[in-house]
Order: sequence, then structure tokens, then C-alpha cells
Amino acid sequence: MKENEDKILDEVTNSDYKYGFVTDVDNDDIGKGLNEDVVRIISSKKNEPEWLLDYRLKAFRHWKEMEFKNWAHLDIPEINYQDIIYYSAPKPTKVLDSMDDVDPELRKTFEKLGIPLDEQKMLSGVAVDAVIDSVSVKTTFKENLAERGIIFCSFSEAVRDYPDLVKKYLGSVVPYTDNFFAALNSAVFSDGSFCYIPKGVRSPMELSTYFRINAANTGQFERTLIVADDDSFVSYLEGCTAPQRDENQLHAAIVEIIVNKGAEVKYSTVQNWYPGNKEGLGGIFNFVTKRGIIGESGKLSWSQVETGSAITWKYPSCILKGDNAIAEFYSVAVTNNYQQADTGTKMIHIGKNTSSTIISKGISAGKSDNSYRGLVKVLKGAENARNFSQCDSLLLGDKCGAHTYPYIEVDNNTAVVEHEATTSKIGEDQIFYCNQRGIPTEEAIGLIVNGYAKDVLSKLPMEFAVEAQKLLQISLEGSVG
Amino acid sequence: MEWGWGEALKNNQMKDIKDINQKYIDLYTKNKDILHSNSSEFVNQIREKAFGAFQTLGIPTKSNEEYKYTDLSNTFSKDYTNYLNKKCENLNIESIFKCDVINLDADVFYLSKGWYQNTEKIKTYNNGVIIGSLKAVSEKYPDIFNKHYSKYADCTKDGLVALNTSLAQDGLFIYVPKNVKAEKPIQLINLLLDNNDEFSNVRNLFIIEDNAKVDIIFCNDSLTENTFLTNSVTEIFVGENAHLNYHKVQNDHNKSSNISSTFIHQSANSNVESVTISLIGGLIRNNLTVVLDGKGANNNTYGISLADKKQHMDNYSFIHHKEAHCDSAQLFKNILDDSATGAFNGKVLVDRNAQKTNALQSNKNILLANNAKMNTKPQLIIYADDVKCSHGATVGQLDESAMFYMRARGIGKKEAKMLLMYAFAFEIIGKIKVEELRNNIEDLVIRRLNGELGLCKNCSQRVIN
Repeated sequence: MKENEDKILDEVTNSDYKYGFVTDVDNDDIGKGLNEDVVRIISSKKNEPEWLLDYRLKAFRHWKEMEFKNWAHLDIPEINYQDIIYYSAPKPTKVLDSMDDVDPELRKTFEKLGIPLDEQKMLSGVAVDAVIDSVSVKTTFKENLAERGIIFCSFSEAVRDYPDLVKKYLGSVVPYTDNFFAALNSAVFSDGSFCYIPKGVRSPMELSTYFRINAANTGQFERTLIVADDDSFVSYLEGCTAPQRDENQLHAAIVEIIVNKGAEVKYSTVQNWYPGNKEGLGGIFNFVTKRGIIGESGKLSWSQVETGSAITWKYPSCILKGDNAIAEFYSVAVTNNYQQADTGTKMIHIGKNTSSTIISKGISAGKSDNSYRGLVKVLKGAENARNFSQCDSLLLGDKCGAHTYPYIEVDNNTAVVEHEATTSKIGEDQIFYCNQRGIPTEEAIGLIVNGYAKDVLSKLPMEFAVEAQKLLQISLEGSVG
Repeated sequence: MEWGWGEALKNNQMKDIKDINQKYIDLYTKNKDILHSNSSEFVNQIREKAFGAFQTLGIPTKSNEEYKYTDLSNTFSKDYTNYLNKKCENLNIESIFKCDVINLDADVFYLSKGWYQNTEKIKTYNNGVIIGSLKAVSEKYPDIFNKHYSKYADCTKDGLVALNTSLAQDGLFIYVPKNVKAEKPIQLINLLLDNNDEFSNVRNLFIIEDNAKVDIIFCNDSLTENTFLTNSVTEIFVGENAHLNYHKVQNDHNKSSNISSTFIHQSANSNVESVTISLIGGLIRNNLTVVLDGKGANNNTYGISLADKKQHMDNYSFIHHKEAHCDSAQLFKNILDDSATGAFNGKVLVDRNAQKTNALQSNKNILLANNAKMNTKPQLIIYADDVKCSHGATVGQLDESAMFYMRARGIGKKEAKMLLMYAFAFEIIGKIKVEELRNNIEDLVIRRLNGELGLCKNCSQRVIN
């Protein structure tokens, strides 16, 4: 049985990335390199107002002064920031009226990804703001959402059409001074999504964007801003796949979420970017800053399934500012081959009676390293704050690593904070039990891994749960039933 | 709010740190000849190497991940009247101080000002046990000494160990040869006793050979209330099948800073249980490094800190599983009152080939007052797959329903609170293997929890100059 198990683990760790393909579209890019002029060009190409250019320049000047400090359990090769193209966009055609006007190459890409872009797929209940390399190509269901006053559009459109809202909230949760990659993003961000849910409105459908890194050597600097006004609700999906390349590509995104009084935002991610090949060559460097600020009685829930990228550096965080605010973080992170992930969350309790939950499941295989890094901080005024954290790690094979770095800082004596974590492998007795009942080892491993991640997978919206399971399958090819 | 995980120092802090480091570099350079003339060639070679390391490492700052929750700059920037006691022996402590742990029949040895104080410099026993001054032993038994000295305390990693290795002149040496079971517990008492403010470096080396068994009690007490800074390093080698019970009691005063680094190196099938009781101290930082370097080694580490006023108590532990089939368990507790701050910084590292490892790590804390603060960082770093590792941490307060239960049955509020706290603390105290010591610590803890200064009866008549 041991041999069989090894064979399966071997298959798992040798599977190739299934979603690798390149779409051939002419790119209007501006060449490699980064300086103040590049920032100005990006801004002028997008016809941005003066204040946004100022914001970018301030961020750029700050970034120049910063030095990258690697405190994570990651081996990050030196990144040449001058060797990256900071802007590329599909050539603009005429204004698009229907699906027929969309570039057929792009449509094929979407079809391969199974994105429900056209009318027939409306039944699936997903409004898609498809982003290919920095510029929004087509936005669907806009009218449907507009009836309810919901704004869901590309970031550039938002800057054009709703400058006051963007100006008010941009950088209010993640200032450009926040960290190295946040500063870089604030200087050169290309496009992204903007979402505003007015007071008392429940979004009738799940909102979703698909990011896709497409042109070679193009760093992707997305910017997402979600504002949920008082007593509103929205469930937002973000999913990614990327073409196979041998060159490392940098991705430094920012997601900012503002949850006002009584509002609720559910943010789900499935990340399946190119993880590099079996030798650890290539793959995406994913350095993301995600953070939400929660007002009185608001609720923010992050769910993530991380299976891709060569390096993941990501800590979706919550600032529980208002009294009675609730924050949740559910995560499954899978690493295989030479992938490295250092991911987790920060829960900052400021308001009274705030509560947060952290459930993190790490699965490492091959020669990968998978770390959980989390902070729970209870400030002085956060009376009766409550936190529960559970971070488990599962090791498949004896050449990988699983690490846990929780930080707990409590400055209030009425707070109750609990943290627990375990590290283990799939028990031989569990597999034996399944085998005994006629379940082959391959399926047994699948069952056990799925069961292990169930706490998190069950938190994903229906449409996503299916894709998430697919991704677990691809990442641990051959073992998941 | 700082959003990175690593903490950056501001420019003025950087300058302060530089000044502080320079002070200690100068201290060594000025006294180099005296230090060298007092020690053997072998020790001096290591001293030089350590000093080189200190020049690059310096005093750890909060930007150092391992010292994130303890700020040492204040402690080290103070001006001490005595930085280096050139020679300070025969204070005749035996006549002025006696530890009164009731009925405790132990061999007692005294340290003060960084020097060994018993009149008999080296005590040899019939069964081959050697106990005495580190300095004297390094000269008389270089074979045993040179084999182990500075082998476990890596001075190239931690600036405080480097500083101790550069400046330390004396301390306690214990040697328990093969197959010997020490009859009595060995008690080491480090007394803070001076009319001047003092910085001292204590260096201990304990060698417990294969199949040997010993109980060691290391007490820290103070007789005068001057400002003291003790930076001690204790190296312990535990041979195959050997058994060590190690107890540390820290009972100084609010103006003292006690930084102790303990390095335990365990061979195959060895068994070590250590209990650290921190009762009083302005700043306490305990660094414990355990290397499980043989199959079947077992390590249990327990600690409890009772802090109030503005005390700061930080327990750092690093358990390194190098070989397969080793077990380790850690349980650290804190009861924090007033404006006290507590920290726990635990790390378990399981190497690639350390399969079948069992490692447990637990940290439980009670905050009694609203100004008390607790920071905890239990970490697991695991490279082997066939392991069972878990950790847990909780921060909370006394269980309200338990309080209600007792009060409903007529137990007063104060008493109920005491009972709960005592139950919380007893999980650790109960681990003390030496019965007389356990009884005495129980008594001390009860008095401490009652708000009385936790002094042994003898010390309560302490002369304060």
C-alpha cells in the first residue's frame, strides 16, 4: 500500500498546469521600465483627472524611498522593477454594443475559462466584469444592477463617472504608505473593479471579476474598491487563471473594502495562477494587500482557495472598527512542487463586542513550503472582544514544510482569544479504513483532503465551490476523487 | 498603525541603540586585560570570538523578531555603578543568608555579583560528582570543561549570549559522571547583594553524563533593592538515558532585570523536565533553547509567571527536534495584574528527518486588570510529515460561571478568585518534582496571589540598606 500511496503522491506532485494558454491579441504597451514619466503616461493614457495623477506620483515617490524587507518564510528572488512593462491594453475598437463586437480571440479565452459572459448564461446568476490585461472589455448585467442603484464597473469607468466616490474611498483602507507592494500598486495600478452598494440594498446576484495575466512580461497591478453602504449586502467573487510561462511575473494587487454600519460583504477568491513547472521554474509572484474596514454591526467575510502562484504573499485583513462588528477568514492554501505560500490574516479589534473567526487549512505537497501567519490584536477599548482561530496543516510527502506563525496581542482584560493549530499527515489508518471498504487509495486521499478542507469550502458560494473543488483536483491531480 | 510584520526602528532609536552597544564594546575593550588575566587560554579564545560576534549583533532590539515584545534598550541604557566586578569572592554569604525552604535537604551553592561564593572552591564527592566555581574548574579540569564550554550556547546568533561570553568570569559548574544518581538536589542561589547598581554576567555549565540523574534548583533572590541587571547563560549537556529535573525560581524585585539564556542539549533517550517559576522581577526574559539530538529524547518544559505593577515577563522557548522519535511538551502560563505585560514566544522546529515527532505547545494567560497586556506567538516550523504537532494559546479572564458557582455556595468573592487563580497556577506548580520545594512554592504563590510580597520567611526580614 505504501508503494501505491507513493505512486499517487508522485502523480499528484507531477501534474502539470492545465489552464496554460496564451491569447493572441495585439497589445498597446509602453515598453519596460518605471520612472515618473511612466506613471504620467499611464495616467494620461487613461485620461485620469489631476488628483489621481497626484496620488500616483505621491505613491511613486514614497515607493522609491522604500526598501523591500523580507520577513516572511519565503525565498523571494530579487525582482528587477525596471524589467517590467507597467501598462498594456488590448487595442481599443469601436464602442461595443453586443457580444458579437467583442474580439473573437478574447471570447474564446473566456469560453475556455468557462466564464458566463453572454446572455444565455444569465441564469447562472453571475454578473461578470471581465478584465483582460488591465482594461475592461465588456461589462454585463449592468442595467440590471443599475436599476437597484448598484454601481459595478471597471475602476477607470468609476474614476470617470463617479470621481467623488473614488476620491473619497481610494486609499482609505490601504494607504500607499502601507507597504512596499501597496506603494508600487498605488503608483502604477492599471485597472480593476469598483463596486458600490447603496444604503439598504441587497445585491440580487453575486458579483464577479476574472483577472488574467496575458501579455508576456506584464506586471498586473489591479485595484479593487468595494463600498457597501449602510445595511447593504453583497457577495463578491474573484477568480484567476493565467497562461503558462517560464518567466516570473509579478502581481501586486490591492483590494479595499469599506463595510458601513449594518452592512455585510462576503468576498471569495479562487486563485489558480501559474505555479511554475515541476522544477520550480517560472510562475507568478503574487503579492497582494487586501483589507477591509468594518463599521458598527457590519460583517466582512473573506474566503479564499489558494492553489496557484509560485510565491503567495497575502494577508486579507479586517479592521473591526465599529462596535459589534464581525469578521471571518476562511482559507485553504495548497502548495505543490516548489511553490511557496505565506498567507494568513490580521484581525484588529477596535470596537466593543467585536468578534472574529479564523479557519485556515494548509496542504503542502512536493517540495513546497506553506506558512500560516496571522495576527489577532485587541486594542485597549475593545471590550468583550472575542476571537477564535484554528489553523491546521496537512503534509503530503516528506520533502515539504508546514509552518504556523500566529501573533496574539491582547491589551484588554475582557477579551477572550483562543488559538489552536495542528500539523499532521493523512493517517495510514484512515486510508486503511477506506481501502477496507472498497475505496481505492486515490479516492481515499481525495475524500480525506476534501473533508479536511470542508470547513472552508462550505463557506464558498455555490458557483465557486464547484470551481474550488476542481482546482483542488488539479493541484493534487490524481488523488482527489 | 504599523502594518508590516517586522517592526522598523525609527532613526532616533537607531542612534540610541548604537550608543548603548558602544558602551558595552568600550566596557570590554577597557577591561580586556583583566578579563584575560583571570581566565584560561581556552576561555579567552572563545571570549575574543564572542566579542567579535557582539560587535556585529549588538543588544537585540524590538526589530529582532525574537525580541519583538521585549524592549531591552531601557534596561541596558541605565548607568550601573558596577559593570564588571573584577574579583569578588568570599562575601561569606553562608553566614548572612540561608534559604529556608522548609526541610529542603540540598547541597547549596551561592553566586553573587557574577562570582562563586562558597569557601570551598571545588567540592568533589565520593561518587565522582564535581561541583564548584566555573573558573576554578576550567583550570583544574580542563579536559571536561573544554569539551563542553560554549558548545551549546551559540554566541553568533544572540547578542546577549555573545555579551555574556565576552564578559563572564565565573559561575557554577556541575559534573555528574556516568551512572551516578545524585543523592541530594543541588541548589544554586544567585543573590543580588550590593549597595550599588550593578550589571553582572553569570555563566553556568552543567554536565550530566549517560545514565546519570540529578535535580537542580536555580534560585534568584535579592537582598538589597538596588538596580540590578543580570545577564546569565546556562549550558546543560544531558547524556544518553540521563535524567534531569531543572527548576528555576525567579524572585527578585521591581528594579531588577533578569535575562537568562538556558541551552539544553539532549542525547538519545534522555529525559529533561524543567519548571520555571517567575514571581517578582521588573523585567524578566527567559530564553530557553532545547536541542533534541538523539532518538527517543523527551523534554517537558513548564513555566508560570505572576506579574503585577509594571513588571514585564517574557518567556522565549525554542525546541529543536533534530532526530526521530522525540517528544516535547511545553506549557507556559501567565497571570497578569495591574499594568504588567507578559509575552510568550515559543518555537518548535522539526527537521526533515525527525519523523515520528510529538510536539505540544500551549500558552494560557489570564488578564486580571484592564491595563495588563499579553502578547503571544506560538510557532511551529515543520519539515517532516509523519509528526503530531499542535499548539494552542488562549488569553482570557477568570471563568465567570465558575465564580458564580462558588459564590452561590457562599464563598466570598476574594476567596473564589483566589481559588480559581490558584487552580490555574497549580497545573504548573504540581510539576515540581522536589516535594519540599513544591510545598514552599505553593506557599509563596498563595501569598503572592494574596498581594503580599512573595518572600521566603527568611528573606522577609531582609535588610534594606
